[in-house]
Amino acid sequence: MSNHDNSEHHVISVGFYSLIGITLLIFTGITYFAATVNLGQANIVVALAIATFKATLVVLFFMHVKYTSEKMTRATIVGALFFLMLLLALSMADFATRSWT
Amino acid sequence: MSDSPAATATHGLELRHHFATEGQQRDSATLGMWLFLVTEIMFFGGMFCAYLLYRTRHFNEFAAGSRSLDTWLGGVNTAVLLVSSWTMAMAVRSAQLGKRKLLCLFLVLTMIFGATFLGVKAVEYHAKFVEHHVPGPYFDFKQEVKAGETPLPINLHTMQMFFSVYFAMTGMHALHMVIGLGLMTYLLIKSARGAYSPKYYTPVEMAGLYWHFVDIVWIYLFPLLYLIDVHK
Amino acid sequence: MATAALPQERKNYLNAEHGLRSWLLTTDHKRIAVLYMISITVFFFVGALYALLIRLELLTPAGDLMQADSYNRVFTAHGVVMVFFFLIPVVPAVLGNFLVPIMVGAKDLAFPRINLLSWYLYMIGGLLVIHVVLTGGIDTGWTFYPPFSTQFSNSRVIEAGLAAFIAGFSSIFTGLNFIVTIHRMRAPGLTWTRLPLFIWAQYATSVIMILGTPVVAITLVLVILERALHLGIFDPKLGGDPLLFQHLFWFYSHPAVYIMILPSMGVISELISAFSRKRIFGYKFVALSSIAIAVIGFLVWAHHMFVAGMSVYAALIFSFLTFFVGVPSAIKVFNWTATMYKGSITFETPMLYAFGFLGLFTIGGLTGLFLATLGVDVHVTDTYFVVAHFHYVMVGGVVMGYLGGIHFWWPKITGRMYPEFWGKVAALVGFIGFNLTFFPQFILGYLGMPRRYYQYPPEFQVLNILSTAGATILGVGYLMPLVYLLWSLRYGEVASDNPWNAAGLEWKTTSPPPTFNFDETPVVDFEVYNYEDLKEIPVER
Repeated sequence: MSNHDNSEHHVISVGFYSLIGITLLIFTGITYFAATVNLGQANIVVALAIATFKATLVVLFFMHVKYTSEKMTRATIVGALFFLMLLLALSMADFATRSWT
Repeated sequence: MSDSPAATATHGLELRHHFATEGQQRDSATLGMWLFLVTEIMFFGGMFCAYLLYRTRHFNEFAAGSRSLDTWLGGVNTAVLLVSSWTMAMAVRSAQLGKRKLLCLFLVLTMIFGATFLGVKAVEYHAKFVEHHVPGPYFDFKQEVKAGETPLPINLHTMQMFFSVYFAMTGMHALHMVIGLGLMTYLLIKSARGAYSPKYYTPVEMAGLYWHFVDIVWIYLFPLLYLIDVHK
Repeated sequence: MATAALPQERKNYLNAEHGLRSWLLTTDHKRIAVLYMISITVFFFVGALYALLIRLELLTPAGDLMQADSYNRVFTAHGVVMVFFFLIPVVPAVLGNFLVPIMVGAKDLAFPRINLLSWYLYMIGGLLVIHVVLTGGIDTGWTFYPPFSTQFSNSRVIEAGLAAFIAGFSSIFTGLNFIVTIHRMRAPGLTWTRLPLFIWAQYATSVIMILGTPVVAITLVLVILERALHLGIFDPKLGGDPLLFQHLFWFYSHPAVYIMILPSMGVISELISAFSRKRIFGYKFVALSSIAIAVIGFLVWAHHMFVAGMSVYAALIFSFLTFFVGVPSAIKVFNWTATMYKGSITFETPMLYAFGFLGLFTIGGLTGLFLATLGVDVHVTDTYFVVAHFHYVMVGGVVMGYLGGIHFWWPKITGRMYPEFWGKVAALVGFIGFNLTFFPQFILGYLGMPRRYYQYPPEFQVLNILSTAGATILGVGYLMPLVYLLWSLRYGEVASDNPWNAAGLEWKTTSPPPTFNFDETPVVDFEVYNYEDLKEIPVER
């Protein structure tokens, strides 16, 4: 089990990479236009959602995570994001509740 | 694959002695690089925590500061970096297919776009300097108010906080871009000498992972810093 | 089956190459472990020197040995050196580097050159910190709290922050190397449940290193940026919050204490198993408890901030979570104890250190619960109660585990046995000295003596004198191994491949091992801690 050979030799086509690239550019534009619309509190949510979608495209296709059979790669990414959320959430638990009496 | 010791001289095949197979070596490199990216996520994450706190507490100052940034330049830079991610992905693809000249071309293009990004950043930083938006003893801020708008109530001292966060985050990001350019230079030299082939292109792939990560950080920085309160 | 050939006669990693270059440019994990062992020992004694200065000042109630400002620099030096340059790296970089590849049956770590880089980063950080300390030191405490560290301290904060930052990267690269090695380079047949518990512990530790260290890295960078460039991220005048620093700092620095203790716990599992000649009771529980400590350890950091001005509601959450983190540690202690039941126990030096660990770590851990309790913490925080608590777990825990491990694996690392009589004496002297130093501090803290103060009310003097006396004895207990271990390199009895008749892959290769660890890649078709298969032969040294 130590002689791993899970690395994919999957070669993605120029067309597909370009499709992803153009999608990313389009959604950058969408990000801007969404920011010009007054959605109140939802503005930040929309902006982050679009950014996350773009980041997901980069991770899955440019960074080949969609094509690897290696579970550790996905576990590593999910783990890191989980602990980052912990840092943000538990810190904000302090900051957000300071003014409660 | 046999358990043969180091075959470093073989063209395109570098199996280090402590690995049993190239597959094991490549998988180890990939896992190692992702673990390093985890550290980068947590490293930038600390600054995102600061951003989260201060944007929540000092929204008006963050909005005013965000409006003082050049959204057009920020958007152009975002596009530049996304294109550079495309060229980097194409570079890895070229290495996979053994196309040395294309590999070198795409590496050069990635570097050009990367350098463009840094050039635009330099222009932006210069503008901030000229407008006295750099935190410190010479800081000054005049809110730009479009016709018909009411200005946001802001505190001049707290305004520095937005710019401290802006410079810290974009500065750290720019430093990572510079390191990335250094990696690209190294890869370019090695690629030109034919060090990479379909059997062995791991360093290109690993540098690609790093480059894409730096791009992802910017994907988040753009809306968070430049688009805080655009709507009017 | 033990040979009597002198180590000098057989080719092993120590005599494979000669000369300074072969050491300073080595990529052999075993040589790197030795490099770390030497440099970490030096830093330990530097930190201990500062401890001695603290205890000397505290012999008398008045501040008469040094000025208050100097005392601040002394305890800061003690903390910075001991935390960043001793406790965090010691077991992973010395014992981990040496043993992880061998225990998984590999020829080296996954990234040998990064391993060497890790040592050089440690040395660069270490030299920076020595420079700081020799040119006046810093007075902020090892915790660097702003706004004092960013705006008011007149000391080399930037340089010290940089030193810790660089040392942090050393730590990150070590952890990265271990995770990849353990995942990708295990020998055929070595499933996860056949791994020694030392490996499980190193794995959990490495996860913490990867996730936590970068956060303190960026925090130190932000302090440096505030001092150097006026980017006032933590400056209250600019709308900043000093507690943001504390959250970011303790997000790492609490899990950091688990970086310190987990590897030591891994050592204890190996020692108790070997000297009870029994498989660890509840292997899966002990293995998973290491992972649980790593995860839960990330949920409790703000218990260092209860009186700092944080929200009471958040404090309640963190207090509640902190109680949970003691559970997996307790699971380990119970399983170690159960292992010894009906075991064939012998009392060689490593086992003495293991017993010391069991008692002292338990006391230290239990006093952590006092501190987790909000109401009690209000009274004892920032007193000597806290100081005693963390020294019980860090010295009574980490150092005891490290010393036990050094003695246990000394024959494997050097090919020589240490003198058993002096080993036992030093262990006992250290145990007595330790308790005499730190138990009085629980009482002092409870009575209200604040920490980081160079003077105290006269009624506390007797306890302080006891503590200083204990520290002197403890110092002797640490100097003794330094002396006899060095002595053993030349005059110690030559060790066989398996002087303890212990289970584990490391005992199947020569003492010291060859450069590539094994003459042939081992195939693991046996369970871990298979003492029932190992004949009861007299321990042949």
